[in-house]
Amino acid sequence: MPPLARRNLFHDKVRLAVTLTGIAFSVVLMVVESGLFQGFSTSTSSVIDHSGADLWIAAKNTVYIDQAATFNERKYYQVLATPGVAQAEKYIVRWTVWKEPNGRNESVQIVGINPDVPLGLPWNLVAGDAQQLKEPNAVIIDEIYKQKLSANGIGDHFEIRDYRAKVVGFTNGIRAFTTAPYVFTTFKNAQDFTGIAEDQTNFVLVKAAPGVSISALRTELQARLPENDVRTTAEFSGMTRHYWMFTTGAGVAVLMAAALGLIVGIAVVAQTIYATTMDHIREYGTLKAMGAPNSYVFGVIMTQAAIAAVMGYAIGMVVSIFVVRGGSMGGAAIVLNWQTVVLMFFLTLAMCLCAAVVSVRKLMTLDPAMVFKG
Amino acid sequence: MSVAISVRNVTKSYEEGSTGTLALAGVDMTVSHGEIVLLMGPSGSGKTTLLSIMGCILRPTSGEVILEEMNVTGLDEKQLPSVRLKHIGFVFQGFNLFPTLTAGENVELTLQLKGMRSKQAKEEARRLLGLVNLEEKYNSFPADISGGQKQRVAIARAVAGAPEVVLADEPTAALDLQSGKTVVEMMARLAHEQNRAVVIVTHDNRLIDYADRIVRIEDGRVA
Repeated sequence: MPPLARRNLFHDKVRLAVTLTGIAFSVVLMVVESGLFQGFSTSTSSVIDHSGADLWIAAKNTVYIDQAATFNERKYYQVLATPGVAQAEKYIVRWTVWKEPNGRNESVQIVGINPDVPLGLPWNLVAGDAQQLKEPNAVIIDEIYKQKLSANGIGDHFEIRDYRAKVVGFTNGIRAFTTAPYVFTTFKNAQDFTGIAEDQTNFVLVKAAPGVSISALRTELQARLPENDVRTTAEFSGMTRHYWMFTTGAGVAVLMAAALGLIVGIAVVAQTIYATTMDHIREYGTLKAMGAPNSYVFGVIMTQAAIAAVMGYAIGMVVSIFVVRGGSMGGAAIVLNWQTVVLMFFLTLAMCLCAAVVSVRKLMTLDPAMVFKG
Repeated sequence: MSVAISVRNVTKSYEEGSTGTLALAGVDMTVSHGEIVLLMGPSGSGKTTLLSIMGCILRPTSGEVILEEMNVTGLDEKQLPSVRLKHIGFVFQGFNLFPTLTAGENVELTLQLKGMRSKQAKEEARRLLGLVNLEEKYNSFPADISGGQKQRVAIARAVAGAPEVVLADEPTAALDLQSGKTVVEMMARLAHEQNRAVVIVTHDNRLIDYADRIVRIEDGRVA
């Protein structure tokens, strides 16, 4: 068939530019907002996801990692004595205050670990070593927060809750969802830095022995520790993400912005395709008068929408890549993975095809007798 | 000459609020193959309504339309397009060419809608444009050719796929004297040489000389 759809679409260059701008804007908005959602979501649970633990034991009714009550470390020994437990370690996550030499205070989240056990250790280390946390008052922070915490390099000294702290290493890319950066230190230091009593802990991380069913181990531990919650890592990660993303409204706001992008895209494409259709309405009437089947007319409109979708998507995705790169350099956690790239393509295509439905409906009911009027 | 299309006691009324308007009040008319018939009459007399009914675009309120010995009166909205596509070609007052397609592609589109393959349709479109002396305009867009040339492309499109009936609505109204004459000569030649039934709605008395027969319509009736 002669390329009627493509020719009609490209006939009015200004309108095409408006259409593509609208679609590209919509794609960028959806990519960035969904990327922010994923980035935020990932950062809320990053220390859980990278813990290497199979199970997390927390105080009863703990719904997210950042606000867990303490419990007696006696439970830790009960865990160690449970058959099927390969490793267990006490673990602290708690907010406190980081005091800079100039007197300025910043909120931080202390992560207290045992550097000798591969549970909950810092990852993506770009300077220093987790073993160096054994040095007195040693801490490891992320280089993203160097400026925020006024840390220029290894060896810098600060105060945390009136205790001396020395930077011995840097990680890269361990973002905190809140404004308080993570500060890794030993479990003992963490108790001092956060004011947790010596016989208390926030969590116990558990690694199951090879061949042991995690589900069965969880059931066993829950039976032995009825006053605690025993969660799998995936479950606790999900709970933490859900808390931050949906109960605080942060995630809903980001998702709303992404949805807004979709709505803007549909509105722009619907309007421009409808306007193009109305511009050519007499031609479509002629087609119908000549006896062209509705399927052909439907195909012309849908082809226009699909071409616009592919072009707008390509432009939008290129812009999105630059925005995501710029965002990363600026400290924003925007995730753009291949799943998002594929999903956005189909979402854009669906958006444009849906937007074309208004025009299709108009043409399906178009009276071919209009060609004899005026 | 065999009958190509006939209408029998056709009426058409339009509902307008609580009242109705009778556009056709029992029209009988027959057009044979190889015949060129002019439908003439004052504005609002029902000419275009009759043409639309003959073209299976409008359905009559009562009466029958027989096209190539087939009663098409009872066909529904889903069946009529294929009847139009197969048996009827249209020429419009405003040409109604697709401005984003070349002259050749306008003709090709009709041929391909009728099921012809792309390569064959290109060859046939070129031949049809040759019939209206516009072969060299194959790659020209409608905006780049004159009104008379546009109407000749429209004629080539109307006869694409060899429909038995060609219906034209004021084909010379938008043309100058010479162009109008050329267009009607071509339509007359089409009727006589290719044995098509051609019906032309017109106010233009200069076309009378080319007609085999003139049917005058007044107040929805054949006068």
